[in-house]
This record gives sequence, C-alpha cells and structure tokens, in this order.
Amino acid sequence: MAGPPLIVLEHLGKDYETDAGTVTVLGDIDLAVEAGASVAIMGPSGSGKSTLMNILGCLDVPSRGRYVLDGQDVAGLDDDARAHLRNRVVGFVFQGFNLLPRVDLAENVALPLLYAGVAAAERRRTAIATLARVGLQGFETYLPSRVSGGQQQRVAIARALVTRPRLILADEPTGNLDSRTSHEIMRLFTGLNASDGITLVLVTHEEDIAAYARRLVQLVDGRILSDRSTPGPAGGATP
Amino acid sequence: MIASLLAEAWQSMKANRMRSMLTMLGMVIGVAAVILMVAIGNGAQQSVDESIASMGSNLFIVLSGSTTSGGVRMGTGAAPTLTTADADAIAELPEVAAVAPMLPGTAQVIYGPNNWSTVVAGTTASMLVVRDWPLVSGSAFSDADVRSAARTAVLGRTVATNLFGDEDPVGKTIRVKQTPFVVVGLLATKGQSLTGQDQDDTILVPVTTAQRKLFGTQFPGTVRQIMVQARSAEVMAAAEADMTGLLRQRHHLPERADNDFDIRNLTALANTAAQTTRVMSIMLGAIASVSLVVGGIGIMNIMLVSVTERTREIGIRIAIGARRRDILLQFLLEAVILSLIGCFAGALCGIGGAVATHLIANTMIVITLGSVVGAFALASAVGVFFGYYPARRAASLQPVDALRYQ
Repeated sequence: MAGPPLIVLEHLGKDYETDAGTVTVLGDIDLAVEAGASVAIMGPSGSGKSTLMNILGCLDVPSRGRYVLDGQDVAGLDDDARAHLRNRVVGFVFQGFNLLPRVDLAENVALPLLYAGVAAAERRRTAIATLARVGLQGFETYLPSRVSGGQQQRVAIARALVTRPRLILADEPTGNLDSRTSHEIMRLFTGLNASDGITLVLVTHEEDIAAYARRLVQLVDGRILSDRSTPGPAGGATP
Repeated sequence: MIASLLAEAWQSMKANRMRSMLTMLGMVIGVAAVILMVAIGNGAQQSVDESIASMGSNLFIVLSGSTTSGGVRMGTGAAPTLTTADADAIAELPEVAAVAPMLPGTAQVIYGPNNWSTVVAGTTASMLVVRDWPLVSGSAFSDADVRSAARTAVLGRTVATNLFGDEDPVGKTIRVKQTPFVVVGLLATKGQSLTGQDQDDTILVPVTTAQRKLFGTQFPGTVRQIMVQARSAEVMAAAEADMTGLLRQRHHLPERADNDFDIRNLTALANTAAQTTRVMSIMLGAIASVSLVVGGIGIMNIMLVSVTERTREIGIRIAIGARRRDILLQFLLEAVILSLIGCFAGALCGIGGAVATHLIANTMIVITLGSVVGAFALASAVGVFFGYYPARRAASLQPVDALRYQ
C-alpha cells in the first residue's frame, strides 16, 4: 500500500518516576506502520507493550522521541487535539471490554459519536448499523451484563468502529475470552482489516492470536527485539 | 451536546436513585428553611412596621409619677401629678405640634340590648391628630364639647361592631356607666398595637366629661397621661428637655427631687422594636442559609464518591474521545441538576410550610418573589460551587490511571 506511513515512531522512550527512582519502560523505539497493515506486538509481562499501546492511542505521552500519527506530531498537540485523535482516528479495544454497565449496547456503541458532536437520533441509527456489522443485530437494547464475553468484545469493537477510524488498537483483546471465541474475534478483526483497510495493531502474548497479523514485533525490556513478516491471517486462521 | 449530557446526568442519577434522593434532601431542607425563615422574618417585620405606622410619629407619652402610701409603692401613673393645665402648657412649647391629655378607665357601655366592657378614654380632639387616626363617619367632639364637659363620644371600630353590628352608630345614644352619651364619630380601624392590644377597642370622650362624670377623683383636673407629638424627629431631644424643665417648674420640684412624672419616647421604643425584628429576621435567614451550605457540602460529598466510583467510566470516556471539558460539564451538570431539583422541591416545601405556619400559628408571613428567586439562585450557585471541585477532579484524571482503576 502506497502513501506515507500511518504511524511513525522515532527514538521513542517512556520513563516513569517512582519512589525507587526513574524506571525506563520504553527505551528507544523506532517503528513505522503503513496504513492498512496488521501488526501484532508480543512480549513478556513488563516488556512495555501496554505502555506502547497507550502512547499509540494518545492516552499517554512519550518522555522522549517523536510520535507521528496520520501526519500529525502528537507531542505538539494539546489535550483537546489528542481527544480529537482518540475520537476520530483511533479506535481502542481493551482486554476487559470496558463497556458502560448502566446503558444498553446501542448506547455504548454510540458514545464516541456523542463526543464527535453527532445528533442523538443519528447516533443511535449509526450505532445500530455498526452493531449489525459485528453480528449483533437484535441486541441493541440489552445491557452489557446480559450478553456473553465474546459478545461484549464485539460491542467494544463496534464502539471502536463507529467513528470510522483509520486505526484500531487492541490491547490483549482475547485475554478474557475462551479459545473458540478468541478466534471468532480475531477473524472479525482481520476481516475489517481486509475489507475496510483499517490498520490493526494488537498486543497479545498468545502465538496463535499473533499469527492473525501479517507482521510480528517482539518487545523485550522496552526494546524491539525482532520485527518480521508472518505468513499472515491465512496461516493462523485455521487452528 | 448539552441535551445529551443532561440525559446522561439524569441516567446516572436514576441509577443511584436512593443516593440522589438523600443528597437532594439536604438541598430541599436548606431551600425550604431559607424560604420559610425569610417569610416568617418578613412577616414579623411587616406586622411591627404596621403597628409603628398605626401609632403615630414622633410621639412622647408623659406619665404621672408613682406614689408611696404607707410603704406601699404604687406604679407609674398612680399619683395624680399631671393635669389638663400641664397639657395646655406643654402645647405652648415651640417643638410641640400637638398634645392630647388622656384619662382612661374601664367602663361598661350599653346600647339597646347590647353591652360591652371597654376602655373609655377622656381626651381632646387633638388625640386624633397625635395618633394620626382618621374618622370613617361623623366628626370628633369639639373644643366646646371639652370646655362644657359635653356627653359626646367617638367609638372605636371594635366597640361599634359589638354594640351596633353593621348599623351606623353616629347620632345614636349609648350609656356609659349609666350616663347617656351621643355618638358623634366612628374611628377608622387601627389594628393591633406593638404589644398586641386591640387599639380599636376604645371610646373617646371629652377629658372634662371623663374627669367630672366618669372617673372622678378627689383631685380635679388630673389626667393619667399626656400624649405629645413633636414637630419633627430632629427636635425630639429638645422637646423632651423642655417638657422636663416645664413640668418640674410647674410642679414646684426642688432641685434635688426626682421627677414626679415620666417621659417616654414612644418612637424610639418603636424603632428599637423594629430594629430587633430586623436583626431577628436577618438572623433567621442567615441560619437557614447555613443549612443550604450544608446541603451543598452534601452534594460535594456525593459527587466526590461518584467520581471515585466512576473513575473507570471516566477513563473509558476519555479513551473514546471525551475532552476534559466534556467530563467537567457532565459532572457539573449532575451537581446542578441535583441542586435544582432539590431546590424546586424545597421551594414547594418552604411555601407550604409558610402557609401552614400562617394557618396554625396565625402569624403574619410574607413570601416575596425575591426570596424564592434568591433561594433558587443561591441553590444553583451552591450546586455549581460544590459541584465544580469534584467535576474538575474527574476531568483532570489521567486516562491511563483511570482505565487501570478497579
């Protein structure tokens, strides 16, 4: 795929101040991700995967280096501009689903549109259509607690999709799911990647989940250990 | 956007119905207390003001002194030291506008089959000037009536009602202590005095008639008290000094002797009463406002709990694109809605309570639009003030920390 990369990281680093002194979580990360790519980031606990995801999702700011998302240098942006990026450019999917327990599924999916300034009726209509795309038509008025974990994660994916973002960040999206459901969710992701060209970056520690991505980045102690292409979704799709 | 956030705030309040209601209760009590207390305070002030206005302005009352008889000290007004001549002399003073001597006594009055016990006050026509007391019918007795000790009478409204009902009493003859009197005038209603007496329960007759025919004593020409109206508020002090000098001279009091009379500045007393009432009503309002502030602190408390409880929700909202001001607005709106609903219920309770107070205790209450609007404004201000801190705390949460919060 042509065009400039969607994500560019240059000498990116992240330190945390703790009582014991400064802890470097991410050392010196250089990474470029083309639009339409699918990348799996793997690594042991404490390797900095989640911190990297939070920075990519504009939830956290790097201590050093440059992060360019969709042509914009994120370091130079204020709170509101980063909120805008989170809303329009990035869709986040969490391990723990993170749905609002008190409102129904359509309302959950519609939430990003609220902050995008879309009118109420239009929000609900778009949310219901997006729920249908992830295979959840008829569940619109259910509360999150009434549906299964796999269905909740589908709702979370619909919520990530509803503002038509260019990038989906999935932080251990199958960590709370059984094996069969995990593969269903991954097929949904790869399908979106293939059909809509949505760039996918996911963090996992399961080999068979990582195998759905076409590119695999190994992270150890805040540094990139390896960065290689994989056989791609076809290879992992049939366990 | 605001409408959506309002809906969200409403949702979250519905989800914690019990808690929201208890929080509002603080507001309800605060607002109700403010409205009720201000209504009672205003009512008290208004009834005092009305009493003062009914009394007449720049008034002195000169009372005859006390007397000691065989070791038994009688109260003020018991000694027959003031006379109508004293009153006439006081009237000559430059600071004095009008003077009315007064010799009151209690008597049974009879008209046809009706009878009534009332205060019969011997006085002059100037009484109506001094007390600023208009007639609704007939006229006052004349100075000639006073000179000749005529048997004419002016009735207060209460007496007229009890003796005549709806009939016009002017021209009729009543009997006071078996003596016939012709009714020449009917006084306008004056209402209660500062001390709660019915000022309309009285009959005015010429002072000479009272002295000679009704309440005769062994000291001819004495009166119980003299009412004096000064020309203006500024000359009150001078008038008091002149009257004291004049009366001491007339009574031939030696240098060191005590006054055998007592001058009271009624206007000053009334102003003190008004001042007291004013301070009271301000105090009532202030105490009530404290409960409003306590209600506000209740809101802040609940909002802080709510922010902590919903830390994860806030994290999610930030992650999907909420700006800090969206979060701030959401929690602020929640606090304001809580306080406004509480305020509305409180206003109803306060007005209801004021009306109930009026019906049960029969006190005067005044509910002004200003006090209700003021309570609303205060409550919204309290909501914003105490809602802002929790809301800002919510908005300043770090998204990564908020999402990690369990």
